Amino acid sequence: MTKVKSLDDLRKMRDAVKSKLDLREKGDKAEKVVQIKVSMATCGIASGAKEIMTYFIEELEHRSIEGVVTQTGCMGYCYAEPTIEVTLPGEDPVVFGFVDTKKASEIIEKYIKKGELVDGIIPASYETIDKEKTK
Amino acid sequence: MAKFKNHILVCAGTGCRASQSELIVENLNRAIEDNNLGDEVQVVRTGCFGFCEKGPVVKMMPDNTFYVQVTPADASELVTEHIVKGRKVNRLLYVDPDSHKVISDSKEMGFYKKQIRIALRNCGFINPENVDEYIARDGYAALGKALTEMTPEQVIKEIIDSGLRGRGGGGFPTGLKWDITRKVKADQKYVVCNADEGDPGAFMDRSILEGDPHSVIEAMAINGYCTGASKGLVYIRAEYPLAIERLKIAIKQAREYGLLGENIFGSDFCFDIELRYGAGAFVCGEETSLIHSMEGLRGEPNVKPPFPSESGYKGKPTNVNNVETYANIPVILLNGSKWFSAIGTEKSKGTKVFALAGKVNNVGLIEVPMGTTLREVIFDIGGGIKDGKKFKAVQTGGPSGGCLTEKHLDIPIDYDSLLACGSMMGSGGMIVMDEDDCMVAMAKFYLEFTVEESCGKCTPCRIGNKRLHEILEKITQGKGTKEDLTLLRNLSYVIKDTSLCGLGQTSPNPVLSTMENFADEYEAHVVDGKCPAGQCKALMQYVIDPEACVGCTLCSRVCPVDAISGEKKMAHIINPAICIKCGACMEKCKFNAISIQ
Repeated sequence: MTKVKSLDDLRKMRDAVKSKLDLREKGDKAEKVVQIKVSMATCGIASGAKEIMTYFIEELEHRSIEGVVTQTGCMGYCYAEPTIEVTLPGEDPVVFGFVDTKKASEIIEKYIKKGELVDGIIPASYETIDKEKTK
Repeated sequence: MAKFKNHILVCAGTGCRASQSELIVENLNRAIEDNNLGDEVQVVRTGCFGFCEKGPVVKMMPDNTFYVQVTPADASELVTEHIVKGRKVNRLLYVDPDSHKVISDSKEMGFYKKQIRIALRNCGFINPENVDEYIARDGYAALGKALTEMTPEQVIKEIIDSGLRGRGGGGFPTGLKWDITRKVKADQKYVVCNADEGDPGAFMDRSILEGDPHSVIEAMAINGYCTGASKGLVYIRAEYPLAIERLKIAIKQAREYGLLGENIFGSDFCFDIELRYGAGAFVCGEETSLIHSMEGLRGEPNVKPPFPSESGYKGKPTNVNNVETYANIPVILLNGSKWFSAIGTEKSKGTKVFALAGKVNNVGLIEVPMGTTLREVIFDIGGGIKDGKKFKAVQTGGPSGGCLTEKHLDIPIDYDSLLACGSMMGSGGMIVMDEDDCMVAMAKFYLEFTVEESCGKCTPCRIGNKRLHEILEKITQGKGTKEDLTLLRNLSYVIKDTSLCGLGQTSPNPVLSTMENFADEYEAHVVDGKCPAGQCKALMQYVIDPEACVGCTLCSRVCPVDAISGEKKMAHIINPAICIKCGACMEKCKFNAISIQ
């Protein structure tokens, strides 16, 4: 494991992981990948987020869609758990709430495959401090 | 593949639905059909936009036009003008109340988003189990900057200048605390993170640790550098297994990267973190009790001074901060104190995370700039009261806080304003109550909690709270007198003035604030023998209306204690001496003949 020995090391590492993550998000290949984040804090898991995450991982494979499914922390929409965020290549992320397997299947078929929005979108109600500012 | 060119997003949050947003969806769909646009335009229902005062809200995609206060009658115009002709419907656009300018693009109206996420900046964004994602978001850059480019004094000055105050509830200036710890000379010092979140209904710290554990680790290391401590301890509740797991993973990853351990960033600063588990005693959120608990002693508080900054864990200088406080630190160092202090009010800078719970539509984890009003939090972000009921009170600060009412809705949320009206910021629990909640019963609930959680070391808290609870119990049983109210108030002040630690000093707050703000409700309990909210069972009576009762006998058959008598086809009567007020009869009555009085 490479150790971070200086601030320069960290900056290099940041740029390296950033481009690695960008790669994951945007894709360098012709066929671009969809990214799904599942909110997996205690509240989300209690509402069934684990099952939803497994469902997405399995179904994306079954339906031959290239995608990355990751977990993340609380998005804050506790009233609408489980919540997921779907980012299609080149599009702004969209958050869906109250995702059960039926809704998940609809999201795959309609939004991920065809780009059609489906009921249950949660509009982002907050701003996260801009990434640029933190440099 | 049919891909829609346009999407119309219609808010289907509870607030907008109450103002006919469902009808708007129908009318939009009809207008789309009429114009043969079925293949090109799709209407989608969304969750709450957090802008309920201007609802119903309709947003056009992809051009992000934001229409407010739309009525069902506007639907066809939106389709024929906006979609077909490509012209905006000006009268439905949002007008900025300050500049009087029309704002159409929702991307330019960031202000309608009343939340700014600073402490929660990475929560719900990064994978908390992957240190790379944290680093990609400039994680550990603040630690690197501090260690290689700044002296401890400079870092502390930056924190002092930012105006950051303790987010655990007390509101002590964070930079000042660090400076005190730094100035004490000792061979060993400690950095402690207080993750013993105990307020009923609060989950801010848990969410941060579950969503962004590295930010806390980084901030603790920065603190270690400033204060001269080489050891960090996180005191976390054993009831938070997921937070513990993610913290452990994060600590392991930070060690592997050399971000914890020896000679961090090539400097001679060494720092490592261990976990200590709490067994769920509320008093251990108090810093001296927390330290005792970590030492393996009973979780009991000490008299302060000496403060932990002078003599804490194992008698060494110890800096104790709360999870949310730490989560703010890295961003302050990266963006500067000026940036941070521009957010918030004069004496309370930055943002505060709240766990919004209770009878509110959008229960959730929110982060708002200090100075946001309770009304904005409850009615815009929270989407208003459940089931269209009337707002009654909001409880802030947990068992140490107070109840605020309608008249407090427009005060800005900051440490001093909340204190001035008899409540407190606390750690961030916010419980909303509606017209069906009895304030006496509410005060009793919190007292029950304090009685249970009092450590028993000092008499006023151990015995006083017990007596308070007994008096409240008596009142909710309908046996209270006016003298009890005086006694309740006097005893509350005694407990506040003479208790040893924060638990006892604040435990009567729910009682005092409800007595102050809902005096008539206490009066009704003791003078009229009535509970206006219909919550206190002992004060209720189930009564059958002889006019409405048809004598179907259903109620007398479901009554578990045979309290209802009457002949077939004759009006029935409930015997209050036998009735246990279970409500089964009222539920079963098909003629609405049974009511509570």
